[in-house]
Amino acid sequence: MSLELINVSKGFGEGNARTNVLENVNLEIHEGEFVAIVGFTGSGKTTLVKLMAGLLKPDVGSVLFKGKPVSGPGKERGVVFQNYSLLPWFTVLQNVLLAVNEVYPQWTKRQRHDHAKKYIDMVNLAPALNKRPAELSGGMRQRVSVARALAMNPEMLLLDEPLSALDAITRGTLQQEIVNIWGKDKTTALLITNDVDEGILMADRIIPLNPGPKATLGPEFKIAIDRPRDKTALNDNEDFIKIRNQIIEYLMDIGEEVDPENENCYSLPEIEPVMPRSLFKRQITKAA
Amino acid sequence: MKATIRFLNNSGMKWGIPFMRLFSGEKVRLRLRDTGRTFVAPALAIIGFLLIWSFCASKITTSLGRLPGPAAVWEQANSLWHEHLAERKKADVFYARQEERNAKKYAKNPDAKINTVDFTGKPTYVDQIITSLKTVFMGFTIASIIALPIGIICGLSKTAMKAFNPLIQIFKPVSPLAWLPIVTMVVSAAYVTNNGFFAKSFVISAITVSLCSMWATLINTALGVSSVNVDYINVAKVLQLSPAKKTFKILLPATLPLIFTGLRISLGVGWMVLIASEMLAQNPGLGKFIWDEFQNGSSHSLARIMVAVFTIGIIGFILDRIMVELQKLVSFEKTSQ
Repeated sequence: MSLELINVSKGFGEGNARTNVLENVNLEIHEGEFVAIVGFTGSGKTTLVKLMAGLLKPDVGSVLFKGKPVSGPGKERGVVFQNYSLLPWFTVLQNVLLAVNEVYPQWTKRQRHDHAKKYIDMVNLAPALNKRPAELSGGMRQRVSVARALAMNPEMLLLDEPLSALDAITRGTLQQEIVNIWGKDKTTALLITNDVDEGILMADRIIPLNPGPKATLGPEFKIAIDRPRDKTALNDNEDFIKIRNQIIEYLMDIGEEVDPENENCYSLPEIEPVMPRSLFKRQITKAA
Repeated sequence: MKATIRFLNNSGMKWGIPFMRLFSGEKVRLRLRDTGRTFVAPALAIIGFLLIWSFCASKITTSLGRLPGPAAVWEQANSLWHEHLAERKKADVFYARQEERNAKKYAKNPDAKINTVDFTGKPTYVDQIITSLKTVFMGFTIASIIALPIGIICGLSKTAMKAFNPLIQIFKPVSPLAWLPIVTMVVSAAYVTNNGFFAKSFVISAITVSLCSMWATLINTALGVSSVNVDYINVAKVLQLSPAKKTFKILLPATLPLIFTGLRISLGVGWMVLIASEMLAQNPGLGKFIWDEFQNGSSHSLARIMVAVFTIGIIGFILDRIMVELQKLVSFEKTSQ
């Protein structure tokens, strides 16, 4: 057993303002398995990833990694954050190197450089090696974030909607890359996504996350399609069509079932106010 | 066109952009309005100010004669500059003569002891400006050395923040004039050498400047460190960075823009406070210049003090611009244009 969630509940706020985001979540992910969690926006998917990464602690229940309780974040669980979380003062290479240096302190500088470059190449960002995140498009930033997590060669990959900002073609390539790396390195992977097709293409199991607040996991759907799965061929695969319809039907059903009392509950995105550096931004754009 | 604009923008000559656009001949009406705003409006304001000033000045008579208008001030500015040149010439003559004398002495007897004497003319206006700048930078450096580490500690630990906060709030509004007597007594007691590297008055002024100017840096650093984007902290957590690495690779770079805002305010406050402390500490800078002219009470004194007022204003402005440019250099939010 690689990762286990036992009766996990997590909420934010206090008193009347308290929202229970997750309630009674149970999940087992086996070693080497690829699990996808599909859910609506605002259903608590990011909270779930943060719990597994150790960035949040559950209010009730426990999170176990290889049988031991997760006490905090660790290098053995690489995370691709939904909002990229790149450091804007570092270049693409430096961002990836920061992770590589931490994971492989015993390597020579040259080895670490080559290792970082290999993964940057893999996400087709070699030409942008020395660019800063501000000079990259959203999709490129997301690829850097993916490269950083993959370069850590973690025992478990936690992917929080890693491909949501990408165009269809890059998305397809990266889906393939992630699956390849997962298969080659025998990592365990957890993918959070809102795209059912993506889940079916990549995962061994798909588990829907019922909409929050008090989100719980739905019944699992096993994907028994042989690997390697080809995206275009998959469209005509009967198993694919069947399981896809089942999952979408399930999601639509629970979408209708949402407690009307909670219908107006939106969980807001985690955004921070912009600090005053924008005051000093050049005003040339205004003048132009 | 774009390249030229970028050049002007990056070299701090933003004011050149509307001009260049105007001459490029596209969208002439819009460009005319741009140019009008950038040049004509401020020029009119300055001319209006000079007119009102000279009109009012001619109506006010003080014990030192009529209040000087713009013309009298300009004349004194020139005269100060010429005094400076004359004094430099005297110094050159003095050193040339000394060298000549020493050379003769040496020719007569190669073993002769040769002493060189520094020129001891009075400091000119330019010397005084330089002294003021040195003092403010000394004070600013002391303030930064104290404020930055404390600010980082306050930003990292809520306990430290709570502990330091009352002290910061109490000392922040204290005037330099209140600090000065205390600083004077302490420095006089502790810094007893008479031929030290720094003059006593210099040390007193610099310390007073730092006591008044460090708070802005301290508060901004603390605020910056405590409000670093959670995403960046999460990266540090997942990578399990050591505290030192976390500070230097994540916290400080993320906080630099705010730190520089603080440093910029500090330098501004320091420059403002400097004049008062120089006046009282008799540090031979611009503050002492004003005080001496005030005590001197000649018919030129008021005009000379006004020259000093403009000098202080312009130098303060330049210092501020330098800090803004430095801030741009460290700001990571630069987007490619």
